[in-house]
Amino acid sequence: MFTALIFYMFAAIAVASGVMVISSRNPVHSVLWLILAFFNAAGLFLLLGAEFLAMVLVVVYVGAVAVLFLFVVMMLDINMVEMKEGFLQYLPTGALIGVVLLVELLAMFGGWAFAPDVEAMVKAPTPTLEQASNTVALGKLIYTNYVYLFQASGLVLLVAMIGTILLTHRKRTGVRKQVIADQVGRSRDSVELKKVQSGRGI
Amino acid sequence: MFEIGLSHYLAVAAILFTLGVMGIFLNRKNVIIIMMSIELMLLAVNINFVAFSSYLNDLVGQVFTMFILTVAAAEAAIGLAIVVVFFRNRGSIAVEEISQLKG
Repeated sequence: MFTALIFYMFAAIAVASGVMVISSRNPVHSVLWLILAFFNAAGLFLLLGAEFLAMVLVVVYVGAVAVLFLFVVMMLDINMVEMKEGFLQYLPTGALIGVVLLVELLAMFGGWAFAPDVEAMVKAPTPTLEQASNTVALGKLIYTNYVYLFQASGLVLLVAMIGTILLTHRKRTGVRKQVIADQVGRSRDSVELKKVQSGRGI
Repeated sequence: MFEIGLSHYLAVAAILFTLGVMGIFLNRKNVIIIMMSIELMLLAVNINFVAFSSYLNDLVGQVFTMFILTVAAAEAAIGLAIVVVFFRNRGSIAVEEISQLKG
């Protein structure tokens, strides 16, 4: 009963903030609603017993991705009014496609069933809380059976990082910068000794 | 009603996914909102994964959710970098103007 109420609260707020993300006039507000949606999804994860993923969702999404969005939205000079122009024009198409998609998905959820031998297909049974907590169990799994995929996801992040730096890095002209290679590469000839008479300039 | 089952979570995920798809259609001009809609859709997929993982007692779903999170973070970073570079070059991020590749 209590769990059900908590579930409905998280679900309702997540869906409501999802609506606000796509309908908000100001992109900054959209990002803030997105953060609320992520927090409530983290709550749903907690209800499902996936504590580690709930915390990862808060740390990675709210702490990194949403803040990244916030920075970009705030630093780009965007004309908000112009951006919202087509909203009403696209509303019928968007609503139609949304309704069709939702009806299809819900119809599918109404008619599906687990395969009869689903218990046999379980690859990594969740240990009970006495055996291992969620984080421990997940760690034991990703560092053993899924270690290659784990490394590959690290590689994805590395490539994303390099790509992002490469894309946004720019050489600015008209700026004096220290060039270490030029300093180190100076030869002895580049320095000239001059005899200066005292009391006079060169 | 007060017995929360797998289908409740699937319904929430379906609604969130639909909202993401609708967001792409409604905000055709603003590429940043489109990217946020994609994040919503990925979140819905994650909820599906975790719900099935929980109700089947199989941890693999949560492992895959972690990989989806990784890819989503990478996608957001690269997408926003492209948006920043585009804005620097053209002074606008309107989707209609992003036609330099003649796609």
